[in-house]
Amino acid sequence: MRKLLNVLYVTTPDAFLAKDGENLVVRLQDKEVFRTPIHYLEGIVTFGYMGSSPALLGLCAERGVSLTFLNEHGKFLASVSGPVKGNVLLRRKQYRMADSAGDCTKLAARFIMGKIANSRTVLRRFISDHGDKCNLSRIERISKGLAKNIVKVSNATSLEEIRGIEGETARDYFSVFDDMILNQKESFFMKERSRRPPMDKVNALLSFFYTLLVNENRSALEAVGLDPYVGFLHRDRPGRPGLALDLMEEFRPYLADRLALNLINRRQITGEDFVKKESGGVILKEEARKTVLEAWQKRKRDELTHPYLNEKIPVGLLPYAQALLLSRYLRGDLDDYPPFVWK
Amino acid sequence: MMVLITYDVNTTTEAGKKRLRHVAKQCINYGQRVQNSVFECLVDPVQFAQLRHRLEEIIDKEKDSLRYYYLGNNWKNRVEHVGTRATFDPEGTIIV
Repeated sequence: MRKLLNVLYVTTPDAFLAKDGENLVVRLQDKEVFRTPIHYLEGIVTFGYMGSSPALLGLCAERGVSLTFLNEHGKFLASVSGPVKGNVLLRRKQYRMADSAGDCTKLAARFIMGKIANSRTVLRRFISDHGDKCNLSRIERISKGLAKNIVKVSNATSLEEIRGIEGETARDYFSVFDDMILNQKESFFMKERSRRPPMDKVNALLSFFYTLLVNENRSALEAVGLDPYVGFLHRDRPGRPGLALDLMEEFRPYLADRLALNLINRRQITGEDFVKKESGGVILKEEARKTVLEAWQKRKRDELTHPYLNEKIPVGLLPYAQALLLSRYLRGDLDDYPPFVWK
Repeated sequence: MMVLITYDVNTTTEAGKKRLRHVAKQCINYGQRVQNSVFECLVDPVQFAQLRHRLEEIIDKEKDSLRYYYLGNNWKNRVEHVGTRATFDPEGTIIV
């Protein structure tokens, strides 16, 4: 397995990114504030409207370092990708399968199966860790329902059916999300999932993590030579990385939801770390973003044994490992795609 | 693995000054400058072979010296920093 490299997050709004030899240099008002060899990095993510020199764009593209620009709220603006790499035959296979209803249904069922199984594990873990702290009958009941949905989704025969089960599962799962918030109840509560914009602090935090997750999945897919824009469950829409969204379904509960719950329950972030906009949307403050990014980077360095590959890898390489398995399945080297299921 | 690279380049001549600049440039490309002629380079074996090759092409073995200290993968236990010139941890969280 490949080595997990670092990701540089640039949150200072007027920073300028430039290239010097093989180095990335960050400048603030013409003063150099940071310098690193490009080979230390896996990706660069910037927040806010900062500039970058074309030479750096070129270097990133050449070295396969993903460079992503988000606006100050974490909304995706653009990313840089170099010449399309990988195998054209693999991509053709991906497009053919994305056009076939049968193949789409099969793969979509796998992604969603993984998602439901991992959502259920989030609930099960909570029950075993905090069983004495609150009324668990609701969580128990939802968890049983999710177990049934795993079976249902694996027998589904159409994408519509899968979407139906997925929607129902997500509603059930998020309906007990509030019960898993043990501390700081006065500022953190969740009635339902809301997005674009997220209407409360929990949703804002989840949305932020999901944005980070999409980017990492997109780069992982590009790294193995798949087209992140052609999905199986998520249909084509200009600018929407359908396959990255598909692949990310399995990771949402394990990587994002649990981390959000931990940050809240351990009081690592507080109600003061958010601001409410005129539109009613809630966003993370700039300083708090650093805390959250640090937690995210730390999480990515944790190690786990991959259940299918049976190999110890850092959590941050999971999207890459799954993208690899997906490409093997598309190529015909595997009979089925094994989603990541957290035990 | 982490390799610490230090050098002494004889700068009494113009050619020596040129060698010094070139050595420094190559080291910057592969690592972090921690003191004036001291670099910490986090490299894989291939990158290290490249760097070594380039450096040894530049220096004049009669006049200059190069030293490599291999700190391995657990280098963090072997390095302590006191005083000015803050460095960053290439394996830590980097937020600018």
